[in-house]
Amino acid sequence: MEVTAEAKRIMVVALGKLYSSRTQRGGLRLHRSLLLTMVMKSARDMYHAAQETEWAAAEEQQPPTEEPTGAQIELQEGKPLTSPGNEVENSPTMLRRDADNKENMSPPRPTQHSRKRRGKAAVEPDFLPCKKAKLEQKNVPQQLILSTVLLCEYMNCSSEVGAPPAPMPVQRAIAAC
Amino acid sequence: MGEDAESPKINHTFLRDYVTEADVISTVEFNQTGDLLATGDKGGRVVIFQRETESKGESEEVGETGDSGEYNVYSTFQSHEPDFDYLKSLEIEEKINKIRWLPQQNAAHFLLSTNDKTIKLWKVSERDKRPEGYNLKDEEGRLKDISTITSLQVPVLKPTDLMVEVRPRRVFSNGHTYHVNSISVNSDGETYLSADDLRINMWHLGITDRSFNIVDIKPANMEDLTEVITAAEFHPHHCHLFVYSSSKGTLRLCDMRSSALCDRHTKLFEEPEDPGSRSFFSEIISSVSDVKFSHSGRYLLTRDYLTAKVWDLNMDKGPVETYQVHEYLRSKLCSLYENDCIFDKFECVWNSSDSVIMTGAYNSFFRMFDRETGRGVTLEAWRESSKPRAVLRTRRVYSGGKRRRGDVGVDSLDFTKKILHMAWHPSENIIAIAATNNLYIFQDRVNPETQLQ
Repeated sequence: MEVTAEAKRIMVVALGKLYSSRTQRGGLRLHRSLLLTMVMKSARDMYHAAQETEWAAAEEQQPPTEEPTGAQIELQEGKPLTSPGNEVENSPTMLRRDADNKENMSPPRPTQHSRKRRGKAAVEPDFLPCKKAKLEQKNVPQQLILSTVLLCEYMNCSSEVGAPPAPMPVQRAIAAC
Repeated sequence: MGEDAESPKINHTFLRDYVTEADVISTVEFNQTGDLLATGDKGGRVVIFQRETESKGESEEVGETGDSGEYNVYSTFQSHEPDFDYLKSLEIEEKINKIRWLPQQNAAHFLLSTNDKTIKLWKVSERDKRPEGYNLKDEEGRLKDISTITSLQVPVLKPTDLMVEVRPRRVFSNGHTYHVNSISVNSDGETYLSADDLRINMWHLGITDRSFNIVDIKPANMEDLTEVITAAEFHPHHCHLFVYSSSKGTLRLCDMRSSALCDRHTKLFEEPEDPGSRSFFSEIISSVSDVKFSHSGRYLLTRDYLTAKVWDLNMDKGPVETYQVHEYLRSKLCSLYENDCIFDKFECVWNSSDSVIMTGAYNSFFRMFDRETGRGVTLEAWRESSKPRAVLRTRRVYSGGKRRRGDVGVDSLDFTKKILHMAWHPSENIIAIAATNNLYIFQDRVNPETQLQ
């Protein structure tokens, strides 16, 4: 469990650093951005790998009738009952739901997650363009959605973010230099 | 900036700790004789120090020759100004990334200084005479009324106070899309290379409107980018060879005789990754931050986040020596990642005989490794503990085992005090260490000269 929590924290920090580097003097530093992207990718891969082992364990515990076929929502609801150890892992579960829901649900629903995640930020920042913008895009790669969702989470967690710039997919951020 | 003098004991600690961002030293470099030392800072200024040739009376010791003088400010000039790229709406920092001296060919000294985008060649010359006794001009330089001139007078050169003039002789601009991280003067004395994240250009010192692109690792699709160039240097003797390091921890030796575009390396130096030590941050800590040829040209010295490695040009399977600079930080990588320290780029240097290597660390510490014994020593560049002419004592970081008095715990290291830039005199045991906005110059009194064998 620590792996997933740590991986998620690393991803969030990486995103924050990537976004703050865009306003840095001297322009985007390619080397730094590349390293941050790599860290995020390896954290994401480890996170998914850890999540998959979790599911495998969870699926073995669950009775076969309750197992969902497609939609992950059912799995998430059923999960806390069968794996008590996972109760505290609200956020990574949500994250996982997001990450893999993209196959099943066309629009991601960051609004729900942002409400749940709201700790320090008092008001849900609905001026954030990322949510609406992503809904309209048709040909968004999967990894892009993941990055966007993580960003929204980060935006809600951190109160230091000023006027949020339009979200940019990580790879595109590199390409823009 | 400049050498530290003893400050009076007034409690100005809060003032002293405040460092203007522009004063932070970003590069240090001796010239080929070691008589001149140049520093560049984040404000775009260059300060040149000159070694005094007469020795101070009280420091005469047995075995010392008269050349162990101090370094004093010789000249200061503004090399680069903040700039703006209107097309990309980006500020271009004036921070001096690198300074390299040209070999001296006449009375004047030449150096190259670069910021993120533009390289400049500066001529540093002395003027200690001026013509006096003009026939046609008066003392203020105004032309005299021709009817008052009755005799012929030839101006005579008279000695005057020493004036150091620094003039820009060449400006090499628009050569780089990405941020320039290295410059290196070729042994042919005519060309130099400049490297940014994805490309290396070769310039002729006399031609500013053209450069040859000799390495280009930019992928067709930027989303496929996996590595960038982090440092590059010409071989000290072979004008056709140069090396460049990458963010993946590899070194590539390129021979310019093989093709015009040296995208394919002549030799690839890579150490196989230890799968047991894999972590989230493996890529970041394996990125090479500096690469230096040894004076002999036989070895390469590289620095990554936790280690310094010596490579033999004849063996590309892995380094011949690996030195742990601050292994105690391996368990702290996550916090170092969060506070950005993991992205710090440390430099590394050889001594004149290639027997000792040196590199920086945190808490104002820097490390020296003796290649023959393999042993390392930790020294500190901090004004509180080093008065002028005092002997540097070795420090230790406590990370387990028996704790000795004076040891510093890993958790009490000050990560804002980082020694990133340093230089070693080309022929003597004199080192220049940049610690934020201070420059420390240490001399080895026991062995002031270690002549190159």
